[in-house]
Amino acid sequence: MQASAVEIQKVNKYYGPFHALKDVDLSIPPGRVTCLIGPSGSGKSTLLRCMNFLEEYDSGEIRIDGKLIGYDAPGRRMAGRALREMRRSIGMVFQQFNLWPHMTARENVAEGLIRVRGLPKADASARAAEALAKVGLADKMENHPARLSGGQQQRVAIARAIAMEPRLMLFDEPTSALDPELVGEVLSVMKTLASEGMTMVVVTHEMGFAAHVADRVAFMERGELVAADTPDRILHQPQDPRIQSFLRTYHERNSF
Amino acid sequence: MFSIPAFLESLVPLFWAARYTLLISVGGIALGLVIGTLICAARLSRSRFLRNFGALWVSFLRGVPLLVQLLVFYYSLPLIGLDVPAMVAAIVTVGICASAYISEIWRGAINALPPGQAEAAVAIGMTPRDVWGRVILPQAVTMSLPALINELILLVKASSLVSVVGILEITRASQAQAATTFRPLEVYLAAACIYLLINLCLAALGRWLEYRTAV
Repeated sequence: MQASAVEIQKVNKYYGPFHALKDVDLSIPPGRVTCLIGPSGSGKSTLLRCMNFLEEYDSGEIRIDGKLIGYDAPGRRMAGRALREMRRSIGMVFQQFNLWPHMTARENVAEGLIRVRGLPKADASARAAEALAKVGLADKMENHPARLSGGQQQRVAIARAIAMEPRLMLFDEPTSALDPELVGEVLSVMKTLASEGMTMVVVTHEMGFAAHVADRVAFMERGELVAADTPDRILHQPQDPRIQSFLRTYHERNSF
Repeated sequence: MFSIPAFLESLVPLFWAARYTLLISVGGIALGLVIGTLICAARLSRSRFLRNFGALWVSFLRGVPLLVQLLVFYYSLPLIGLDVPAMVAAIVTVGICASAYISEIWRGAINALPPGQAEAAVAIGMTPRDVWGRVILPQAVTMSLPALINELILLVKASSLVSVVGILEITRASQAQAATTFRPLEVYLAAACIYLLINLCLAALGRWLEYRTAV
């Protein structure tokens, strides 16, 4: 058995009195795609954001390639520098893209290479061009985000993350803010990444993507991790009534 | 009768006096930017003491008229044994007063940025310094430009108040001029034209800056 890329043990998270994550256990296998699904407010985005410590968890452990993230020891916060070091190898893609509007697509991608990886500007720019070509945007490099469609913006955001050569990619509902006709281009870039063996954790409402691309699907509800298994067993032969009811609602909403 | 020659003649000394108006306004905004930035940083800081200090600073300086601030400041200096030229006192007061408004302009722009902007930078492993310097501040400055130009124009007009501490800027100079020529309408109209000219130039500068920083 290969070591997990991400090992989550007994993680709890509170927002004031609200118990957002309840004793969550989950291991993310390396080189695979894991989808987190569940109703909104179930804690899937929170869990994902804990994986790069954008969100602090209150107890439990999250280990990235064996190394505890956010804390040196339970209850003792990690130094900023050490945390930044770990985040360098974790790419993140957001629902709202979060591209920097004052920079061109190319500058968006190069920025991290220059500031975080310390590459000379020319090298960073060349690598940014490669990453953008990879997501099919070689001809849009000099555009500012405002001049790109939502799908193109999200592909720039993916390029920005992969240019850093991460070992793990986190996707927080990457297609939820997109018009339906633009979803496909983003998913296809993600499929390519998956086929290259990138370790990916994807919070998504795209059951089709979960069914066809994911190696594992984890279902969350009310801060609990209900089940994690193969897509087939979660999506086609769900045992838990909570998953059955979620999928029923999903099918009803998507049928016409 | 309106006398055109009297109007034209009064333009010359008033243009001369405009130096002081400009010096006070530009000096005031420069000082206001420095102090305002510090106050804004205090209000956004993690320290409760600094946040409260910033909030007090803003509410006091916004709540007291500049004219009263000028008089208080000017007459309190000798009390603490400081003999400061009126000009310096004027610039410092105007700058301190402007800092309250400017810190609020900064704070508004920074808070208006979607949190995702900083998150994307943090997630990639940027240092706080780069998150601020490369992502937050460049956008906040662009967003603040119209409000900052607005503030600068307000200062040019507010600088007329420093006439009370004896500085011969446009308004005071026109009062003197009116008293000697007995042509108040012509003189004050000339003063109005000069203020307008200055502020139209500032507005144009603002438009140019906005155009240059637009994406």
